[in-house]
Amino acid sequence: MTPLLEIKNLKTRFFTSEGVVKAVNNVSYSMESGEILGVVGESGCGKSVHALSIMQLVQDPPGKITNGEVWLDGKDLLTFSEKEMKKIRGSDVAMIFQDPMTSLNPVFTVGFQIVEALRLHNDMTKAEARERAGELLALVGIPGAEQRLDDYPHQFSGGMRQRAMIAMGLSCEPKLLIADEPTTALDVTIQAQIVDLVKKLQDDLGMAIMWITHDLGVIAEMADRINVMYAGAIIESGNVRNIYKKTRHPYTMGLLGSLPRLDEDPGAELLSVPGLPPDLLALPKGCAFAARCGYRTEKCLEEKPPLEEIDGREHAVACWHWEEIAGSK
Amino acid sequence: MNTEKTPLVSVRNLKKHFPITGGFLQNQVGAVKAVDGVSFDIYPGETLGLVGETGCGKTTVGRTMMRLYEPTAGEVELNGVSLTELGEKDLRKIRSKMQMIFQDPYASLNPRMTVGSIVAAPLDVHTKLSKKEKHDRIQELLDIVGLNPDFVNRYPHEFSGGQRQRIGIARALALEPELIVCDEPISSLDVSIQAQVVNLLEKLQKELGLTYLFIAHDLSMVRHISDRMAVMYLGKIMELAGRDEIYLKSMHPYTQALMSAVPIPDPDLAAKSKRIILDGDIPNPKNPPMGCNFNTRCPIAKERCFIEDPEYREIEKNHWVACHFAEETRS
Ligand SMILES: Nc1ncnc2c1ncn2[C@@H]1O[C@H](COP(=O)(O)OP(=O)(O)OP(=O)(O)O)[C@@H](O)[C@H]1O
Ligand SMILES: Nc1ncnc2c1ncn2[C@@H]1O[C@H](COP(=O)(O)OP(=O)(O)OP(=O)(O)O)[C@@H](O)[C@H]1O
Ligand code: SF4
Ligand SMILES: [Mg+2]
Ligand SMILES: [Mg+2]
Repeated sequence: MTPLLEIKNLKTRFFTSEGVVKAVNNVSYSMESGEILGVVGESGCGKSVHALSIMQLVQDPPGKITNGEVWLDGKDLLTFSEKEMKKIRGSDVAMIFQDPMTSLNPVFTVGFQIVEALRLHNDMTKAEARERAGELLALVGIPGAEQRLDDYPHQFSGGMRQRAMIAMGLSCEPKLLIADEPTTALDVTIQAQIVDLVKKLQDDLGMAIMWITHDLGVIAEMADRINVMYAGAIIESGNVRNIYKKTRHPYTMGLLGSLPRLDEDPGAELLSVPGLPPDLLALPKGCAFAARCGYRTEKCLEEKPPLEEIDGREHAVACWHWEEIAGSK
Repeated sequence: MNTEKTPLVSVRNLKKHFPITGGFLQNQVGAVKAVDGVSFDIYPGETLGLVGETGCGKTTVGRTMMRLYEPTAGEVELNGVSLTELGEKDLRKIRSKMQMIFQDPYASLNPRMTVGSIVAAPLDVHTKLSKKEKHDRIQELLDIVGLNPDFVNRYPHEFSGGQRQRIGIARALALEPELIVCDEPISSLDVSIQAQVVNLLEKLQKELGLTYLFIAHDLSMVRHISDRMAVMYLGKIMELAGRDEIYLKSMHPYTQALMSAVPIPDPDLAAKSKRIILDGDIPNPKNPPMGCNFNTRCPIAKERCFIEDPEYREIEKNHWVACHFAEETRS
């Protein structure tokens, strides 16, 4: 079976006055239909830019995809014209952006915006689209959905706006829904509502979901697979159990150790990662994590470790010393 | 935690209502009841965690407690001295004993001042150190918070978020305070950097005997750092107890829902955990509901909850709850 999404050697760069920002560095992976993929990593590691590259929405200039292929459902997206991409966006793949306030237009009602999205991709009358918009808002759990169609975004709470964004993303029943930090700005009780909603929708509609986040907690319960990113590259990937239970990359270990857990004995010192992520304008020659890594050797400083499959598609890691580290634990 | 000791801070029935003005003459037409009657003690050397969702009044509690806001009603005592009655001059003196660390390490540091002058500012106001003494003290402070003392002449924009937070901590430590109110000191930082700052705060507490009020909405982090925790909702404390009691034996339905909503970074445990999903949103504090302020979202609310505001009471020793049915919900 061909995968739903396949990315090969993707590189995205920003050509700025200060130099070239290497935002996405040789990213390759695939997603099956109906799969939930979590993409995690710290601020600035390239999560959003890599997703925008799939959508071909990277700001140009200064941004450019300089290398690679993006295949979606058998289509070679990087060869598509802007006009062709417009059709793909929304119908085959939809994206929920990081900031709901910037992606919902404040001067139009929520209903109008969903109707527009629907009519862009479907042959529908205004009345049909409005009815469907009402159904979609109800589907994402907005009480009194029909009446709320005429509200403006500012009349919605943060959680409701996020639901409206999801409704809009779902409007054309995409095969792949990319959600960029869909709950980061929300309180935990509202986040729990959204996570619950997305899990239900996925069960019912069966689309694949890419959930981008910096929170290893949120995706543990919903993702099938995880990509951990650092400095624009995937440094560990695999199924959820392998990532959380057989963690192999020192950075992933550090991230997990930095999280206090409600179910653990509190009071123990947190395992922090010293230092800072590298500057994407001046990436080091060897492993990008080397400066912060406790297992670093001479080799790490000289040569970049490739993302090596250690259990086929179920687990891959980019570290020269993963075997010794696994053995020493 | 031995809570038989005398508290360092005592807060009783503290209220802060912000006026809402409107109309042609800008008359007061209502009030945001940001903090609406909270009581708690903080004991020397402990960390009291204050958690709750956006807008529930955490920052306002911290600021009103330090009298950066004038309280609408209530009492605050520091070491037995009532802050609410102090005049401006005495207040300034006592304030050096209480410091604050802010959420936004970008906005809270003056971009035109060097690190050295930022840390020195409280020393200039409150002490009469010689130039040499001041210089040594700044070097010492930067060293304590893990910053290279050679950086004194650099400006805030030359530092990362985590480093800026360290500068804020150095400034807060300058006058050897007894109490530090940490208002979301790590929320704007990346996970791996959050742990660095929390470890630093814990180390400083041990070494300098500091007392913290630690405000955050990240429950797991608050539980990690706190000895006791208070859970706020819409201007009131719903529950206050030791960190283990709150986690294992919470009695308030809001605390229970909040705890269950915290994501667990472990796929096996996450699959086993039972979520209590609350309906709806937090009501507007301009217009809190009648009766218990949690009644619009509470899964166990009964008629009484819509009429009568539940009393905040000590159900078990050192375990305070504001729910009519606390005895029954004991988990
Ligand atoms: N328009 C742009 N011009 C120049 N650099 C950019 C631009 N957009 C993004 N970048 C850089 O690309 C890198 C990756 O950014 P990206 O937004 O993908 O990070 P992210 O992982 O999504 O972070 P966050 O968690 O903060 O959203 C960053 O270093 C960022 O500064
Ligand atoms: N200066 C002010 N004037 C009017 N209303 C205010 C003022 N400061 C805060 N409020 C209101 O008081 C309520 C409590 O605000 P506060 O900032 O204390 O909440 P918080 O719990 O700290 O929230 P967050 O987690 O978002 O920081 C909010 O409804 C807020 O809008
Ligand atoms: S390759 Fe070397 S520096 Fe990089 S993570 Fe592995 S051990 Fe650490
Ligand atoms: Mg992003
Ligand atoms: Mg606040």
